[in-house]
Amino acid sequence: MVSFILKRIGSGISVLLAISFIAYFLLYFSSANIARNILGESASLDQVHAKEIELGLDQPLLTRFFDWFTHALQGDFGTSWFTSQGVVEGLASRLPITLTLVGVSIICIAIVSTLLGMAAAVKRGWVDKLVQTGAVLGDAIPSFVLAIVLVTVFAIQFQLFPATSSIAPDAGASAWVASMALPVIALLINGVASAAQQIRSAVIKQLEKDYVRTLRSRGISETEILFKHVLRSAAPAGLTVLSLQFVGMLGGVVIIEQIFALPGMGALAVQSTTMGDIPLVMGVVLYTVIIVIIVNLVVDLINGWLNPKVRVS
Amino acid sequence: MSEPVEVRGQSGTVVRANVLVKILRNPMGLGAVTVLLLVVLAAVLANVLAPFDPNFADIGKTLSDPNAVNVLGTDSVGRDVWSRLVFGARTTLLSALLCATVAIAIGLPAGLIGGYYGGKFDSVANWVTNVLMSLPGIIVLLTVRAAFGPSVWISMIAFGVLISPGYFRLTRTAVQSVRNELYVDAARVAGLSDRAIISRHIFSVVRAPIIIQTSMICGVAIAIQSGLEFLGLGDPTVATWGVMLNEGFKNVYLNPMLLLWPALAIGLTIGALVLLGNAIRDALEDAEKVKVSKRGKGRSTAATATVRRRPERSATESVEAGTEHHLIKVSHLGVGYPQADGSVKKVVDDVSFHVDRGEVVGIVGESGSGKSQTAFSILGLLPDAARIVAGSIQFDGTYTVAPNDDRVSQARLSEFRGKRISYIPQEPMSNLDPAFTIGYQMVTPMMRVLKITKSEARARALKLLDDVGIRFPQKTFDAYPHEVSGGMAQRVLIAGAISCEPDLIIADEPTTALDVTVQADVLDLIRDLQKRLNVGVIIVTHNFGVVADLCDRVAVMQNGRLVEDGRVRDILRNPQDPYTQKLLGSMLENKEPMTMLVSTGAPAGLPDDDKAAAL
Repeated sequence: MVSFILKRIGSGISVLLAISFIAYFLLYFSSANIARNILGESASLDQVHAKEIELGLDQPLLTRFFDWFTHALQGDFGTSWFTSQGVVEGLASRLPITLTLVGVSIICIAIVSTLLGMAAAVKRGWVDKLVQTGAVLGDAIPSFVLAIVLVTVFAIQFQLFPATSSIAPDAGASAWVASMALPVIALLINGVASAAQQIRSAVIKQLEKDYVRTLRSRGISETEILFKHVLRSAAPAGLTVLSLQFVGMLGGVVIIEQIFALPGMGALAVQSTTMGDIPLVMGVVLYTVIIVIIVNLVVDLINGWLNPKVRVS
Repeated sequence: MSEPVEVRGQSGTVVRANVLVKILRNPMGLGAVTVLLLVVLAAVLANVLAPFDPNFADIGKTLSDPNAVNVLGTDSVGRDVWSRLVFGARTTLLSALLCATVAIAIGLPAGLIGGYYGGKFDSVANWVTNVLMSLPGIIVLLTVRAAFGPSVWISMIAFGVLISPGYFRLTRTAVQSVRNELYVDAARVAGLSDRAIISRHIFSVVRAPIIIQTSMICGVAIAIQSGLEFLGLGDPTVATWGVMLNEGFKNVYLNPMLLLWPALAIGLTIGALVLLGNAIRDALEDAEKVKVSKRGKGRSTAATATVRRRPERSATESVEAGTEHHLIKVSHLGVGYPQADGSVKKVVDDVSFHVDRGEVVGIVGESGSGKSQTAFSILGLLPDAARIVAGSIQFDGTYTVAPNDDRVSQARLSEFRGKRISYIPQEPMSNLDPAFTIGYQMVTPMMRVLKITKSEARARALKLLDDVGIRFPQKTFDAYPHEVSGGMAQRVLIAGAISCEPDLIIADEPTTALDVTVQADVLDLIRDLQKRLNVGVIIVTHNFGVVADLCDRVAVMQNGRLVEDGRVRDILRNPQDPYTQKLLGSMLENKEPMTMLVSTGAPAGLPDDDKAAAL
């Protein structure tokens, strides 16, 4: 178990290293005019040159990367080139919003798709047809188009929800729900559609297993078989889908946050990349990848816990 | 259903023309194809269809409503919406194609090589895949844009690279599963080069999944591309749907229609691509299904019948007088499966027999004779699709299947199943839930059925494990199913079957899946338990040796019908039916004398290493 975790952490670190280098390498190309952009048109050539030296832009790529990396290892991600705010502080204020949005959406997807998938697998017949057709259609709606429609119809036309969902930290629960409702729905439809299909087929696969018949022959109730045995064995398939969706959503949320004007990581990512604010971009990239690695590790651990065979090996 | 299906090659690829017909017959498929054709037409004929250059701006005529010149109106700088929409189709489609091409160009060869040769290349490719898949796409594309500027084409190439693991994994899995097939081996032996094998045998397998995947990926690419442009990160000089969406969203308070057209175009196109992918998959799967059911039909020789109507009357119905004393009585039972063409395939036809207390009855027949289906009708564990088409079943004087019922009544049976009727399955390993300990799987039914506490059930379970000859009950109790041998698992299942003091045990080929040495032990165990507990037993088997060893009476089944039944002694000595004679002939020849069925092997129930030591 411990060696499994260590191995996963090891591979996570190697992925992290590779990604930070690739990102840094890509951003290197964008930093040509950065000092001029920071100082503005009025700055003299000398000033620009001094700024370049200050930012370390005169150094070769590897030196710059190594310098950034050693600082990052100590938790120092530098300061934004444009706002001079610390990258870590900047992210700390944005991250909770993004994580809440993604987290709430994933939890809703997990609950709704499990219910729909199980209903379809157990009832079959018209319930199954309905869920499957709904899933195919839901899969076909791009979430950001849906978000735009939701904003236009419910927030702008009918003004049922706030169009800009900036949440004050001290806002009440109802304001909070109101501002999160539309973005979550927009993220939900796609996710539920594909997860419900996966859970449906995983549950059907388990229901056809011999052990289910034997459990029935032992007088165990259908409810207990379904929720204790079948759901447990079908869970790894569902969790894998959800973890993939989580990764996808961390990217997709960038657009959703823009549509609903949520001040999360997405807005920061857009701003920093358009301006070429390398420390900030690196911070966003690294934080995202770390979250992804942690989520994958947790999913692997839960799957191991659910399946004793995996646990042993 | 009855359409002719041509099949080409061993991979079973269905001829494409047929698939196309199926896609068009599916309403979703037809809709998707229509929408995509319209979009492609618009893209190809953009120069003809658009009255204006997409970037021609008439400053004097901004945000105008639809009129004769500008059929969909103009945007905030006076550009014609219709013209931009058609030219946008061109850019959007080309960019999606570019993305898919890049992804295929990377993923397909990598998957073929990795799957076929494995080795170092495969592990490196896998690592790269893991890296790419843990990247949130849009963040990377934002970085790429920061580095290389706002070009649709560059971001689509980058996205193609990001999404290539999809093709890699798909191809690799398909190739791996085919690589070791016999016909590929044969091709290799025949001297075909690796390249020829890959292109001829393996490529044909991955072709269909790749077409489906491409359809889906084009949809994702369009979503990502318009998403980026919507964020204002696109190239503003190129007319695309995403740029239009951005422009529309900025003016949503002034003219929401500006938002409608690009959103509709994007939504419909992406939706059509996803639906098309689904329709192709359904069409291919349908073809598979037709093949399978045809094979099934060819094999079955049983008669067809019509399904009975569901009974209206209440469940409590008294059984025929004078038969109450039978523990189980099956009368003229018929079990069938409704087919798609409305007929019913009968698998059990007019089967009658009974079992009394303390009696062991064998049901013998080859596979497909309906013996297991008969057993499962008594247990009420037939598959959902099965219907009772004739006859009745009564247990201890009550109907579990009343005459005219079309299904086994679960409500009535749940009073007996697990409590008074229990079941020993055929394959021990697959009949234990791998996720729970053996102890848990023994204790829970006892707690539910006997209403005893957990600690009482636990004590009982340990005693039962000891009773069925398991040497270290506690160790087995704590073990997971995959930690014990097949013979042990079967003993556990037998212990489970007797745990709630049943009156009738139904054993479905209880020894077939076991090693020969263990088979004898398990039969001994069943015999001992039967004598000790004085239960009725139905043994379903294809082995007359088992019947001779254990049973008092036997029923012989063939093709769903009962061909002969009677006392074991009589039937063994003087079989009447030619089928029974044939079965007996095949069983007795080349077999050890029956006395060998009595255990001579190592003491059972030891863990494998102990067993080795004992020998």
